Amino acid sequence: MGTTRKFKIWRGDSQGGDFKEYDVEVDPGMVVLDVLHRVQSRQANDLAIRWNCKAGKCGSCSMEINGRPRLSCMTRMNAFGADETLTVQPLKTFPVIKDLVTDVSWNYRQNKRIRPLKPKPRGADGEHRMYQEDVDRVQEFRKCIECYLCQDTCHVLRDRGGQDQFVGPRFMIRLASLEMHPLDDDDRIPEIRKEFGSGMCNITRCCTEVCPEHINITDNGIIPLKERVVDRYFDPIVFMGQKLFGISKRR
Amino acid sequence: MLDISELKTVETDVVVVGAGGAGLRAAIESSAQGMKTVVLSKSLLGKAHTVMAEGGLAASLGNTDKRDNWKVHFRDTMRGGKFLNLWRMAELHAKQAPARVRELEEWGAVFDRTKEGLISQRNFGGHRYPRLAHVGDRTGLELIRTLQDHGVHQGIDFLMECTALSLLKDGERVAGVLAYYRETGRFVLLKARAVVLATGGGGKAWRVTSNSWEYTGDGVYLAYEAGAELMDLEFTQFHPTGMVWPLSVRGILVTEGVRGDGGILLNKEGKRFMFDYVPPRFAAETADTVDEATRWLNGDKNARRPPELLTRDVVARSIRAEVKAGRGSPHGGAFLDIASRRPADFIKRRLPGMYHQFMELAEVDITTEPMEVGPTLHYFMGGIRVDADTQMTRVPGLFACGECGAGMHGANRLGGNSLSDLIVFGRLAGKCAAEYARSLSSTPQADAERVKLAVRGATEILNRESGENPYLLHEKLQDVMEEGVGIVREEEDLKKGVLGIEELKERAKNMKAHGTSQYNPGWHEALSMRSMLVTAEAVARAALIRQESRGAHTRADYEGERDEWVKYNIVSRKGADGNMEVEKVLRPAPVKYLEEIANSKIEDLEAGKIGADAPND
Repeated sequence: MGTTRKFKIWRGDSQGGDFKEYDVEVDPGMVVLDVLHRVQSRQANDLAIRWNCKAGKCGSCSMEINGRPRLSCMTRMNAFGADETLTVQPLKTFPVIKDLVTDVSWNYRQNKRIRPLKPKPRGADGEHRMYQEDVDRVQEFRKCIECYLCQDTCHVLRDRGGQDQFVGPRFMIRLASLEMHPLDDDDRIPEIRKEFGSGMCNITRCCTEVCPEHINITDNGIIPLKERVVDRYFDPIVFMGQKLFGISKRR
Repeated sequence: MLDISELKTVETDVVVVGAGGAGLRAAIESSAQGMKTVVLSKSLLGKAHTVMAEGGLAASLGNTDKRDNWKVHFRDTMRGGKFLNLWRMAELHAKQAPARVRELEEWGAVFDRTKEGLISQRNFGGHRYPRLAHVGDRTGLELIRTLQDHGVHQGIDFLMECTALSLLKDGERVAGVLAYYRETGRFVLLKARAVVLATGGGGKAWRVTSNSWEYTGDGVYLAYEAGAELMDLEFTQFHPTGMVWPLSVRGILVTEGVRGDGGILLNKEGKRFMFDYVPPRFAAETADTVDEATRWLNGDKNARRPPELLTRDVVARSIRAEVKAGRGSPHGGAFLDIASRRPADFIKRRLPGMYHQFMELAEVDITTEPMEVGPTLHYFMGGIRVDADTQMTRVPGLFACGECGAGMHGANRLGGNSLSDLIVFGRLAGKCAAEYARSLSSTPQADAERVKLAVRGATEILNRESGENPYLLHEKLQDVMEEGVGIVREEEDLKKGVLGIEELKERAKNMKAHGTSQYNPGWHEALSMRSMLVTAEAVARAALIRQESRGAHTRADYEGERDEWVKYNIVSRKGADGNMEVEKVLRPAPVKYLEEIANSKIEDLEAGKIGADAPND
C-alpha cells in the first residue's frame, strides 16, 4: 500500500539551520501533517511542529510547502507528483523558534492594539436587534482561524519589512469586522488609516489567494476600508464640513 | 541539587490552567473581580479545542419558541444525563445560560439571526425546543474568538505555549502551579492563592477520537496528584459516526444531520443492518421495514422513524457489532450512504460542511459515493469532582470547570450543553476563585520539596541515556483503550485494560525524549503520557465498578439501566499508598422542586402545574 517519499524538512533554530532529507513511508490518504508526524514518531522525536485540531479549524499548522504557505493538515500528499520531493519550511515572515515553528507573537501584539467592540445600548426590550443581511459580511470576516498565512504572504510584511507600518491582512479584516459591526459605536477610521496603515496595501490579492477559509480579504475587507478612509479624508465636501462645522461623518 | 530560588517565579492571585472557553471565561471573571490573573495556555491563544465545536450553545432564550424556559432545559438535561447529573449544576446551568449568551453578544459575538433580528436558535437532539444559539457550523470558533478578543483587554496575563506540570501545595491548600514554556523549555513557578483547572477532556488516550492533541487529561491528572477527587469517569461519549478513512481524518466527526436527512448505514454486503439492532423498548417507535422507513423520509406522518435515528449508544454499538462479525467496511467501519437517497443539490445545500470535509480530506464525493464511518471518542462527562455552587474541589483553593469538571452532564451529554457549560461554570469558577483568593490573609507558600520533585520528574525524561519512545507508548495505550475500554465494555476486557495500563505505567517510568528541552515535542509527549495514564486508569476502573449500562457507559455483561445504580456516583482518588482508590458514593437527595420538574409530564410543566414555586435565580 505505502510508498516511500522524499521529504526535505528545514531543521534548525534562530541561529540558523538547513534542510534535512527524510525518506518516509506514506499511506494512501495522508496529508502532509501525517507524514511529519510519522517522521516525528519514528525518525526525529524532537522535530518541532505546531498543530492542534488537524481538521482545518484552528489554524496552527501553517508552514510553507514547496514554497507555498499552507495548512499542512489540509494539504493532501496526492496533490503532488508521485516522485516529487516535498520541501517543507517554516513561515518566512516570522522569526524561527525551531524547525517548522515560528514566533507569531507579533500578531498577538497587533490584535491587542485594536480596541474591542464598543456596543450600542440595548433596545427598550433588552435586546440587540441585528438583521442577518447586515451581519453576513461581518460573519465572513469572523470565519478567520488566525493561521496567519495571509500575513506570511503579504508583501508589505514579508519582503518590505513593513511590520511597523501595517498590521497586515488578518488585522485589516478584524478591523473591518468591527467597523462594519452593526452594534459598534466607535470611530475607527482615523486609526485604520494612521496607526494600522490601510494605505500600505497595494491590492495584489495574494492574501485572499492563500486564505484556507476563502475569505475575500481584499475585496470585501480591505478595499471597503480604504474607501471609507478616502471618503473621510479626501472627499472635499466632507473635508470642508469637518473644518467649518466640526461634523464628523461615519458610515 | 536544584535551588528553587533560581526558578523564574511569577506571583499572582489566581492562575487559570487552560485557555479554551471555560478557562477564558474564568479568567475574565476573576480579573473583573479585581484579582491579578494569569492564564496558562498549552497552545497559542485561540487554538484550544473549543474551536472545533460546531452546533451551538444551548440556552433557553425563547427567541425561536417562546414556550422555552430554564425548567424545560433543566428537565431535558436531566433526562439526557439519565438522572445522574448533579441536580444543582444542571439547575444553575439552565438558569444562567441565557444571560451568558447575551453577554457574549455584548463582547462582539455575531450569532445567526432570526427574522426579527434576534439570536437564532436551532433544534438539536434531546432539546424539546429550538435552543442552540449558533453561527453556521462554527459556533466554537465564534465563542473562543469573542472571549479571546475581550479577554486581552482585561489586564489578564496570558502565558502561551506554557504547560502545567504540577500543582503546588501549602499543607492542604493549593499554592500555585509549576509549568514550563515550550519555546525555551524553561520552568516557571507560579505562586498563587487559587488555581482554576479548565483543561478539557482526555480523548487522546483512544486511537479513534474527535479530540485534538491537547486532550490528554491534564487537569484530571493534576487534580488527582494534588489530592482532589474524580467522579463519573466511566461516562465517555462515543459518537457513532466519525470518519474512519483516510488515516489523516480518522475520528473526525460526521454530523448526525446526515442520518437526519435520510442517510442510511450499510455493511460490506450492502445490507441495511440497523433493522437487526432495534432494542425492544424502542421497537414500538421504530420502522421495521425498508418501505416504512422510506415513507417516513418522504414525509408520511404515520410511518415510524428509521432505525438509523436510534440513540447514539445504540447506533455506535451496532456498527461495532457488524465490524466484529467481519461485515465492516474495508477500513473497519460501516458505510453511511446519502448519495442514493437524496439528489446532489439537496446534499450540498443541507450538508455543506460534510460535503466539503469529505471532498477535501477523503476525496469522497458524498453526493455520489457512500462515506465510511465508525464510532469515535468524543467527550468526557466525568472529571474532577467539584461543589456545584462554587466549583471548588476538596482541595482548598483548587477549582475546576468545563469538560474537566464533573457533574453537569451525568451519564450522557446533550449536544449544545457543552458550550453553555463552559461559560456558565467558567464564570462561576472564576468568581469563586477570586472570592477565595481575596479571603486569604496571606499568600500560601509552595512546598519546595514538591517543586523539586516535579522538576526532577520532568527533566529525568531528557537526561536518561536511553528508554522508551513516548510516541510508541502512546500508541500502545491507544490500543489498550480501544480493546479494553471501548464503546461496549465487559468485565474481562476491562480487567485486561487495567492490567495493560498498569504495565504501561511501569514502562512510562523509563521514557526517554531525545534532544534538548527547547520546543521538544517528544518531551512534551512524554509529559502528557503521565496525564493520559492516570485518566485512562480512572476511566477503566470506574467502568469496571459500574455494573449496569447507563447513558454513554455500556456493559455487555450488565445490560440496561439498574435502579440501584442511579443512587451512586463513582469517585476515585489517590490513596495513601499511592494507588488509585475507587468507590461508590451515595448521591444526596435532590431538592423537591427539581425532582418534580425533572420527573414531570411535559404538559404539566408547561401548563405551570409543576414547578411554579421554583425560585428563578
